Amino acid sequence: MSANSHVEGQLPHEPEKATLEGRNKVLGFWLFLGGETVLFGTLFSAFLALRHQVLDGPTENELFQLPLVALATALLLTSSLTSVFAVHALHTNRVKALINWLIVTVILGAAFLGLEIYEFAHYLHEGHGFTTSAFSSSFYTLVGFHGAHVAFGIAWITLIIIQLSRKGLTVVTAPKVYVAGMYWHFIDVVWVFIFTVVYLMGKVV
Amino acid sequence: MDWLTTVDHKKIGILYMIAGGFFFLVGGLEAILIRIQLWKPLNNFVSADTYNELLTMHGTTMIFLAAMPLLFALMNAVIPLQIGARDVAFPFVNSLGFWTFLFGGILLNVSWFTGGAPDAGWTSYAPLAGTTYSGDHGVDYYVLGLQIAGIGTLIGGINFLVTIINMRAPGMTFMRMPMFTWAAFITSALILFAFPALAVGLAALMFDRLFDANFFDPSGGGNAVLWEHIFWIFGHPEVYILILPAFGVISEVISTFSRKRLFGYSSMVFATILIGFLGFMVWAHHMFTVGLGPVANALFSIATMLIAIPTGIKIFNWLFTMWGGSIKFTAANLFAVGFIPTFVMGGVTGVMLAAAPADFQYHDSYFVVAHFHYVIVGGLVLGIFSGLHYWWPKMFGRILNETLGKLTFWTFFIGFHMTFFIQHFLGLLGMPRRIWTYLDGLGFNEMNMISTVGAFLMGFGTIFFLLNVVITAFKPQNAPADPWEDGRTLEWSIPSPPPEYNFAQTPLVRGYDAYWKEKMDGHTGMTPAEPIGPIHMPSPSILPFFMGAGLFVAGLGFMYAKDWGNLFGSFKTGYALGIVGLLIVFGSMFLRSVIDDHGFHIEEDEILKDMEGKA
Repeated sequence: MSANSHVEGQLPHEPEKATLEGRNKVLGFWLFLGGETVLFGTLFSAFLALRHQVLDGPTENELFQLPLVALATALLLTSSLTSVFAVHALHTNRVKALINWLIVTVILGAAFLGLEIYEFAHYLHEGHGFTTSAFSSSFYTLVGFHGAHVAFGIAWITLIIIQLSRKGLTVVTAPKVYVAGMYWHFIDVVWVFIFTVVYLMGKVV
Repeated sequence: MDWLTTVDHKKIGILYMIAGGFFFLVGGLEAILIRIQLWKPLNNFVSADTYNELLTMHGTTMIFLAAMPLLFALMNAVIPLQIGARDVAFPFVNSLGFWTFLFGGILLNVSWFTGGAPDAGWTSYAPLAGTTYSGDHGVDYYVLGLQIAGIGTLIGGINFLVTIINMRAPGMTFMRMPMFTWAAFITSALILFAFPALAVGLAALMFDRLFDANFFDPSGGGNAVLWEHIFWIFGHPEVYILILPAFGVISEVISTFSRKRLFGYSSMVFATILIGFLGFMVWAHHMFTVGLGPVANALFSIATMLIAIPTGIKIFNWLFTMWGGSIKFTAANLFAVGFIPTFVMGGVTGVMLAAAPADFQYHDSYFVVAHFHYVIVGGLVLGIFSGLHYWWPKMFGRILNETLGKLTFWTFFIGFHMTFFIQHFLGLLGMPRRIWTYLDGLGFNEMNMISTVGAFLMGFGTIFFLLNVVITAFKPQNAPADPWEDGRTLEWSIPSPPPEYNFAQTPLVRGYDAYWKEKMDGHTGMTPAEPIGPIHMPSPSILPFFMGAGLFVAGLGFMYAKDWGNLFGSFKTGYALGIVGLLIVFGSMFLRSVIDDHGFHIEEDEILKDMEGKA
């Protein structure tokens, strides 16, 4: 491709920002994350306003099992680290390593999601359904929105892995990897807040 | 077909204009029906239920489906031209934004034909909007239609932000950007931070209604005031999302037709930013009577009044721009000049309402109705009319008829003040808003009659505008590049309508009012910043259309899942339809992701041929 670089077959220094399309994508995605922050901020506010409205259902303290949540947190935070390795591989132009790190990231994300599904099923068993109380509705909405983001991220990164293995690393695929990495860090940061505000505060207060 | 797949910002602008214009007529018709019902006491032209639907749909349609798309029409048509760009940052996303808006809007209006439009007011206050009080599907259409349309607005906003930050021509620094572009920039930032809150509110309300969640239902532990907070943290910035672009239009038009540089340009920029910022700080002034307590009321009251300061700066700057200018009263400029006193009146009643103790008196009366119509109609709609008359030649290559334009202005302007000025007094006399009729002998009769006559005059004004559009469509397409002869900004330096690629050569910007500066320096056109060469263009795509349609199908399916029978076993037909819709959406996203789209190039000789043809 002509847009590739000045020296044919060699990637420019930061391939994700080499073209205007790439720069637009990265900036647009930063802004999108700004909007996502408001989205989760609103969900957090709704949860904080409603979290003591448990009616006859179980309370946070009865429900949450910190070891399980801690394990899920560890998995997700590690996946953020592996996505950093992936972006590092992108910058040093090692396609093979890039794909492998992305695969590890997806596996860790899927494991996190599996734990979350198990956790939700367990809560349901404990009488904590979506319609039980305002607390349960806002809990499942907040944590579920995050889970849906993780699921979407898994599907997205999987598609990118397929593209990378077919087309290799170019100025077209590089911004996609970079942006997906930003997305992955963002859902990680949101989880840190969920861990604190939902689970830790639920256990303490 | 060309129009279904286009990713050209100019064509998308026209699509927004047609769709927004259509919904403007629908919302206007609803307003006329409301006014007919209220023209005499104890009228039974429409039933109370129908009145609720008309009222709700009038507000919702006008704000989400008419005003915002019409602003997006102007922004799409003008912004890339004003900053010297070939297109927006994400042409595909731009088209997607349009189609989701259109399908969301259609979904909302389908409700008229399926047994009941939304009827809980445009604010959809809980618990009135919950299943207890709104048992039919009306509010379902509201939550799903607005959710789908809102996606379009949000991605449109991101698109404009990136376009303005990354794609300005060389030399176009932020402090040289035209005021309309600045306004669009701040508006887009407000959209970015306001619309996700609405998305959450609508999702929560949807969960309450469709899946029996308990967000806003007090009997399930929910909190109805929470809805008001979420709605207004979106809803108040929304007011500024609407009005700031109108400010931008007025700045352009007044400066052009006064043949003067905009007075106090940098103070205008900072006033715009400040208004945008304060817009987020004042949402609870919609909730003074909810019972938040005196401290919250005082803080929000003061924050609200603060907005009058930057707004005042803008008003005086417009006046000083006209001062000593050689003013031409074209139709576009009449709308702009008419805007100023009208908007000031809306602002003054705004400060009155911002005084919390006084608000307890004005609350839910026609005084409030008069206030926000002065701001939204007297501000925004006059601004849109002004912008349409001003940029019509650039969009279509044809100049609107000036006489008909002036007729539009005078009928609409007089009709507007007749309708709404008198409503201040109706409100002070105690006529409540949202109620479908009133008793005889309360002293409301004559004023309501006058108000209704005014509404008809506004309707005639709109008809004159449509007439003008039709007549103009039969004129030859021969507007010059700079039809007002005093064009100041970059869009007037290229042919009307512009070629697909906008600028054959990206211009070099050497100052504020870039084109005017070149003219004053004795040049005939902009200095190019690059040699003539092949131009890369994005390819058209049908996928955005299908994604919008998919969301429409999904929305309809999920809405009726509870009523429709089972497809097989216990699986509901509605859910099947919903899943099919989502599959269309995700399938389109998948195709977009795997199909490589490198676009195409417009070759050098073709550009040269264009330039000779126009010269």
